[in-house]
Amino acid sequence: MEFWLQQTLNALQLGSIYALIALGYTMVYGILRLINFAHGDIFMVGAFVGLAGALWLGLPMVPTLLFTMACTALLGVTIERLAYKPLRNAPRVSAVITALGIGIFLEHFVLGTVGAEPRAFPALIAGGRFDLPGGLTVNSVQILIIGVSVVLMLGLDWFIRGTLTGMAMRAISWDRSVVPLMGINVDRIISLTFAIGSALAAAGGVLFGQAYPIIDPYMGILIGWKAFIAAVVGGIGNIRGAMLGGYILGMTEIYVAAVLPSTYRDFVAFTLLLLLLVFRPTGILGRVQAQKV
Amino acid sequence: MQVQTSWISRWAVPLLVVAGFAVAWAIPRYQLINPYYELILMYVGINIMLTVSLNLVNGYMGEFSVGHAGFMAVGAYVASVLTMRVIPWDMAGYLYPLALIGGGIGAGVVALLVAIPSFRTRGDYLALVTLALNMIVKSVIENIDAVGGPRGFLVMLRLTNLPWVYVWVIVTLWVIRNFIYSNAGRGVLAIREDEVAAELIGVRTREVKLRAFIISAFFAGVAGGLYAHLLQFIHPRNFDILKSTEILIMVYLGGIGSMMGSVLGASIFTVLLEALRFMGVWRMALAPLLLVVLMILRPTGIMGLKEWRGLIPLDERLRLWRLRARKGGSASAAGN
Repeated sequence: MEFWLQQTLNALQLGSIYALIALGYTMVYGILRLINFAHGDIFMVGAFVGLAGALWLGLPMVPTLLFTMACTALLGVTIERLAYKPLRNAPRVSAVITALGIGIFLEHFVLGTVGAEPRAFPALIAGGRFDLPGGLTVNSVQILIIGVSVVLMLGLDWFIRGTLTGMAMRAISWDRSVVPLMGINVDRIISLTFAIGSALAAAGGVLFGQAYPIIDPYMGILIGWKAFIAAVVGGIGNIRGAMLGGYILGMTEIYVAAVLPSTYRDFVAFTLLLLLLVFRPTGILGRVQAQKV
Repeated sequence: MQVQTSWISRWAVPLLVVAGFAVAWAIPRYQLINPYYELILMYVGINIMLTVSLNLVNGYMGEFSVGHAGFMAVGAYVASVLTMRVIPWDMAGYLYPLALIGGGIGAGVVALLVAIPSFRTRGDYLALVTLALNMIVKSVIENIDAVGGPRGFLVMLRLTNLPWVYVWVIVTLWVIRNFIYSNAGRGVLAIREDEVAAELIGVRTREVKLRAFIISAFFAGVAGGLYAHLLQFIHPRNFDILKSTEILIMVYLGGIGSMMGSVLGASIFTVLLEALRFMGVWRMALAPLLLVVLMILRPTGIMGLKEWRGLIPLDERLRLWRLRARKGGSASAAGN
């Protein structure tokens, strides 16, 4: 029992990072119906910007996080303006392929500037272990990751449901053609969506650097695709679904690795998720859309 | 009204195919070109097979499959195990086509696993299914110790040569062309336009999807077998998501729903990456930027649903001509 509770803490740590990335996928998808395949690489860029902030500027934890989120949000908006906006009325797959291209560009741009060898991410908070009742121990990195993620996600949830801008976002995802008639600047909302999504992924990148302190330019590929899977499992386009999907994926991976040899982790985790999708094709919280004929 | 066809339109393509084979046979036989260029030609051929077969599912059927390298991996490993472990070595040269077909069949069986969820899900959810399949295949291979697991698998026989690649490219183009212009192929196009409407006019969507997926995976598997016997060392990492992404890029660079587009897309992308090799790491930063610029300027890719006349079957061309003649030349009949 104790073992499983300890694993649950690890799962919450991993799941938080997946959830932060999955949010970016799901927000962009909700608004543009675009699978932003460059998002995993935005997460990677976030980790490297965080590394630059921590090493060169010598920033402590919270400023590093804010600095990284701001820089990466700017990057996300720039990509949206330059690459996706001209394709707003093109066939949907053109934008998806552009996203794939941007992702490969980001990987190799970082590879070219930083080099291929993995970099060590410095620890930004004092390490420490705390005993919980029931024989569990939790370390300061876990508290940091779960704490920061939960705060960011609660903030986002409030923003989407409680503010006028959030309402505009929900309106666009409901029906984009009507929203401009209400006097809402759609382009501004779309840019804001990319900014928020990229900032969350960047936060995920810095937190990832704290938990698993080796980062390299290709790390965004696998983690990004996994986060996409998490978003789909939760029901793509649904914000709470993405959070749920992230934690489900984290738990599946950690529990499988706890029981079986860790090389089976991806295999079992993906098979389970595939089965889930066969029985619930729209994801857990996804809306079933009636097909009109 | 009888439409007269000229001698050229009837025989040009078969003659071209035969002449191409003569060239493909002569190049290694008499060492006409630098072996490095010959190697690139073989990679172009393998990539054409991968691109055309993925175009069948993504372009003609309108699904969004993103895990094509998974099928390639199955084909590569099955064919390699067949030539290395099953077929006696002195026979391997003769039975090589059978090994490749075995690899294709292996990939086709795996395709069944994708086709079944595709009955229930479409578009972005199917993307997830194929993506997960790609990861599962890679993970399974890494856990099979008999084929080297994560250490890779040494294929000691270099059985792939230019004539073989050429023959398989022609077979791929021929089979997929005939499939698209068959009854089932019309069903595939109908599914792309509107799946519900297709079902209402009597297309057996399940059967058609199943067939398209299996044909697509079969040729990806054969291409994987060719690739393995050219590279002589295969590794699960050769078949990861990045490889799938490359195939996707070639499909959409050339244009969906066009076999000529796929041929051009695969050729241009492969040659461009080789030509940029002097740039080192930066070539993989420049090539995607060129793709993005192309997508913005021409979102439907190079060919974009148009087809080169030579790849349209003759009676189909005649039918379109008649249609145009009847409508007084108003109907546009450029393939599609």
